[in-house]
Amino acid sequence: MFKILKYSFFDLMRSRWSYVYFAFYLLLGIVLLFLNNDLSKAVITLMNVIIVLVPLIGTIFGVMYYYNSREFTELLLAQPLKRPSIFLGQYLGVALSLSMSLILGLGIPFIFYGLLKSNAIWDFSLLLITGAFLTFIFTALAFNIAMSNENKIKGFGYAILLWLFLAIIYDGLFLMTLIMFEDYPLDKVSLIGTMLNPIDLSRTLILLKLDISALLGYTGAVFKQFFGTSFGLIISFIMLILWVILPVLRILFKSKRKDF
Amino acid sequence: MKSLVLHIILCLSLLTSSISFSQTIEVCDSCSTTTLKNAIAKANPFDTISIKKGTYKEYGIKVDKPLTIIGEDYPVIDGELKGEVITVISDNVTIDGLFVINVGTSYTEDYAAIRVRKSKHFVIQNVVLEKLFFGIYIEKSSYGKLYHNKIIGDAKEEYNSGNGIQLWYSNHIEIEHNYVEHVRDGIYLEFSDDCLIKNNVSAENLRYGLHFMFSNNDIYQDNTFENNGAGVAVMFSKKIKMYNNIFKENWGTASYGMLLKEINDAEIIGNTFEENTIGINIEGSNRILYKHNNFKKNGWAVKVRGACYTNRFIENNFLYNSFDIAYNSKINDNVFDRNYWSNYTGYDLDKDGIGDVPYRPVKLFSYIVNRTPETIILLRSLFIDIIDFSEKVSPVFTPDNLLDHNPQTKKVTW
Repeated sequence: MFKILKYSFFDLMRSRWSYVYFAFYLLLGIVLLFLNNDLSKAVITLMNVIIVLVPLIGTIFGVMYYYNSREFTELLLAQPLKRPSIFLGQYLGVALSLSMSLILGLGIPFIFYGLLKSNAIWDFSLLLITGAFLTFIFTALAFNIAMSNENKIKGFGYAILLWLFLAIIYDGLFLMTLIMFEDYPLDKVSLIGTMLNPIDLSRTLILLKLDISALLGYTGAVFKQFFGTSFGLIISFIMLILWVILPVLRILFKSKRKDF
Repeated sequence: MKSLVLHIILCLSLLTSSISFSQTIEVCDSCSTTTLKNAIAKANPFDTISIKKGTYKEYGIKVDKPLTIIGEDYPVIDGELKGEVITVISDNVTIDGLFVINVGTSYTEDYAAIRVRKSKHFVIQNVVLEKLFFGIYIEKSSYGKLYHNKIIGDAKEEYNSGNGIQLWYSNHIEIEHNYVEHVRDGIYLEFSDDCLIKNNVSAENLRYGLHFMFSNNDIYQDNTFENNGAGVAVMFSKKIKMYNNIFKENWGTASYGMLLKEINDAEIIGNTFEENTIGINIEGSNRILYKHNNFKKNGWAVKVRGACYTNRFIENNFLYNSFDIAYNSKINDNVFDRNYWSNYTGYDLDKDGIGDVPYRPVKLFSYIVNRTPETIILLRSLFIDIIDFSEKVSPVFTPDNLLDHNPQTKKVTW
């Protein structure tokens, strides 16, 4: 598995797309800092970008890589190798190289700007960690979609739809539900609703740092326990890890019985 | 001219005579007077009582003559939890440098460490109060000064704790450089006019850092209010001036940097509101000028609850608040002008430092959160940004004339 991981990783590291991705984040970081002149505001803007763009890029890139390396995968399958290790290796290769581009691309300008001396460092590292988590989650979801669809166009379509749903439509439905049932106690529902969407989950995780004063304005006891203590942080992280593990398990399960 | 000289001579002679007649009574374990009560009984008006270092177990001390009571090296007056410790009922009393502890708790009477009743021209300074019920209680007195006192309570519940400094029907009092923590209300004013509250720190109190009720024409400036249960409340008062105070980290569901209720004609200038759940909560307050304030990283910078007319928000900085302004009605009669909004996204083509597009500080989402509080969990979501944008383009739910026509493109400095 590690050989395949290594191969995928270095293959991607050499590819143009990783550089483009890396350069994009580098540019974004520099421009943000240049325009804002303020670390904490840059972190807020960055949060919006990470939450929307990282999943999009993760999904598209994951699907693309799977379809592109199909011939290579078939070649590998002819060798005496375990199937899960082939797919897991490829998945980890993609996810790791994407996270590395993200962390290096954003980290370098911020470090040069004097992040290590500022007190925004915890907000920023939380941002990078959630970014990495989102990459892992959405690449895994993308692999799932690609494995279930032989047709490339269909696969891409589903991938984009998935992103659109989780990034925008889900929140719209969520908001409508909350408003429709506003006469009922909703704090548990709203927390569970957040847990079921990795994008919302990472947003909440960052909100815990940035907007804690606003979040504590609501009277619910469950909210208070969730946001007021480290309980919220721990649960959110556990859910993020679950969000990585479940799709990966499905990749393994699917890869065992897939025909090529 | 002659009469003036005569006057001065007369004054001087009076002054010197009072000094020459006044004597100092010393109180210590080995002195002839061993208790403060005895010393007061022995003393003539305008005498000085000097208390040496030591512990004096006394309570119910009545100061009924104009005296100066000075503690050396902070002698401890221990009330043994039996009741009120010092009660001043005479004019011209000075209390300086005492350490008063163990004030009794009562559910029928407000025992205080030091109470001033119906007196004038008193000075209470450098006093340290611990383990108290009420700290300094000024009742129907005027022209007094409270300087450099330190009040450290251990209040746990609101119903069985008292206030740090309480003024009741007292006018012209100066409260400066005091430090109050862990009591119910740090500083409480009721029916007290023309007071000056300056350079105090009020922190970690159960309820309000500062609490105003029915008190007019007061000034409070350069104070710091931090981490209090519900921030600062200013209610039912007129013509109050609030300058250069700092309101910080008042977090909670019913917690405000500042709560304004039925306040008219006040001036709020140069204050800093940082990391509060609600910076300022306004209810039924009219003709208030908000100028040169900094609102930084609050949940809601300003929450307008209704019945607020002709307030002016001019040249303030709104920096990184989750919500800048929240309104619960569609009618607006308040003016927002020349403020800096960190959420402003317009442009300034003619480079005059004023944005070319007006800024709309009330977002649709703040209206939604007002209706369904649980939706706060969707804060900063992309979907919310989209509906906020559409509301910005054509306002339906938020007041459409609530605009800052001259949003600054750079932080306002003054």
